[in-house]
Amino acid sequence: MEIEFIAGHNLYWIISLLLLVGLYGMLAKRNLVKKLVGMNIFQTSIILFYVAIASKKKATVPVIDAALGSVDPAHYINPLPHTLMLTAIVVSVATTGVGFALLISIFRRYGTLDEDTLLKRMR
Amino acid sequence: MTSSSRNPILITASRLLAPFIQLFALYVIFHGHFGPGGGFQGGALLAASILMLRLSVGAERSELKFRKSWGTPVGALGAMIFAGTGLLTLLLGGRFLEYHFLPLPDLSRAELHSTGILLIEVGVSLAVMAVLVAIYDDIMEGPGGD
Amino acid sequence: MRKISLIALVLFGALLLYASSGLPGHGDPDGPSHRERSRAGSPVAAAHYIRHAQGDAASPNIVTVVLADYRGFDTLGETVVVLTAGLVCYLILRRSP
Repeated sequence: MEIEFIAGHNLYWIISLLLLVGLYGMLAKRNLVKKLVGMNIFQTSIILFYVAIASKKKATVPVIDAALGSVDPAHYINPLPHTLMLTAIVVSVATTGVGFALLISIFRRYGTLDEDTLLKRMR
Repeated sequence: MTSSSRNPILITASRLLAPFIQLFALYVIFHGHFGPGGGFQGGALLAASILMLRLSVGAERSELKFRKSWGTPVGALGAMIFAGTGLLTLLLGGRFLEYHFLPLPDLSRAELHSTGILLIEVGVSLAVMAVLVAIYDDIMEGPGGD
Repeated sequence: MRKISLIALVLFGALLLYASSGLPGHGDPDGPSHRERSRAGSPVAAAHYIRHAQGDAASPNIVTVVLADYRGFDTLGETVVVLTAGLVCYLILRRSP
C-alpha cells in the first residue's frame, strides 16, 4: 500500500516542487527578468501536471491505430489535457514575448530592471 | 546585431538546414490528421527556421525570406482564414465551424470535416509563425538592436 | 518581507502535498477523467472523443480532431490571443514615443 502510494504520487511531489521553485522566483527575486523566468517555470509545472494526469497505464498515444482492433478508450490515453496544453504552450510563448516587450520599454524609460531602484526612480 | 563576427560555418550550415526544417514543418502541418502534428507545432517549426536564419545570416539578408513588415499582416491573415472558414459555414446554412456545410462536392460528411480541419490548421500555422517572428523582430528593433 | 514570503511558500507547499494525496495515482486507468461515466452518471468527454473521433472527422489523430473540430471555437480564441500578443508587442516597441 505504502509503496504503491509513493510510486503513484512521487510525480505530483516533483511537480509541486517545480511550482514552488517558480513561485519563489516570482516572490523573492528582485530582478524583473528573473521574475519572468520564475513565471515561466510556474507555467511549465502546470503543463507537466496536466500531461501527467492524462496518462493511463497500458495505453498508447491518442492516434487511432488499426492494429489495436476496435476503438476502446482503455487503449488510448486521455486526449483532452494534451489538446488544452498544446494551445497553452504556444500562448505561454506569446505572452512571455509580451512580458519581455514590457520589460524592454521599462528599461528604456527608467534605465534599470531592479525592483527597488525602479520603485525609487518612479517616485 | 553587429555583423563583425559572421562565421562562415554557421552561415553555410543554417542556410543548408533551413529548407529541410521548412519541409518538415509542412509535413507536420499537412500530415497532422494521420500522425502526431498539427498547426501549432508546424507554425512553431516554420518560425524556428526563419529565426535561425535571422540569427545566423543577419536581419537584412534573412528579410529575403520573410520581411519584417509582414509579421502582423500574415498573422491577421491566418486568423482571418480560421474565422472565414467558420463564417463560410455560417453563411451556407450551418452553425459556426460546422464543416459539413463547406461547398465541396463528392465528399462525405466525415471527409468534409477533415478538409475543414486542414483549412483551419493552415490558418493557425500562419498565425503562429508570423506572430513568433514578429515578436522577435519587435524585440530586436530599437536603439540597441539591429 | 522575505521571511513572510518564505513562510507562505512553505505553507503553500504543505497544502499542495496534502491536496495531491487525494489525486488518483499516476497512470491509474480508473481515474475520474478516464472513466466512461462520471459519478453523477453523465458521460465523460474523453471517452466520447476517443470513440467518435475517427467516425466524425475521418482522421485518426484524436488530438487534432478535438482541437479543431469539437473545440474549434476555443482554438479560434487561442489564435486570437496569440495574434493579440503580436499586436501588443508591435504597439509597445515600434510605436514612436
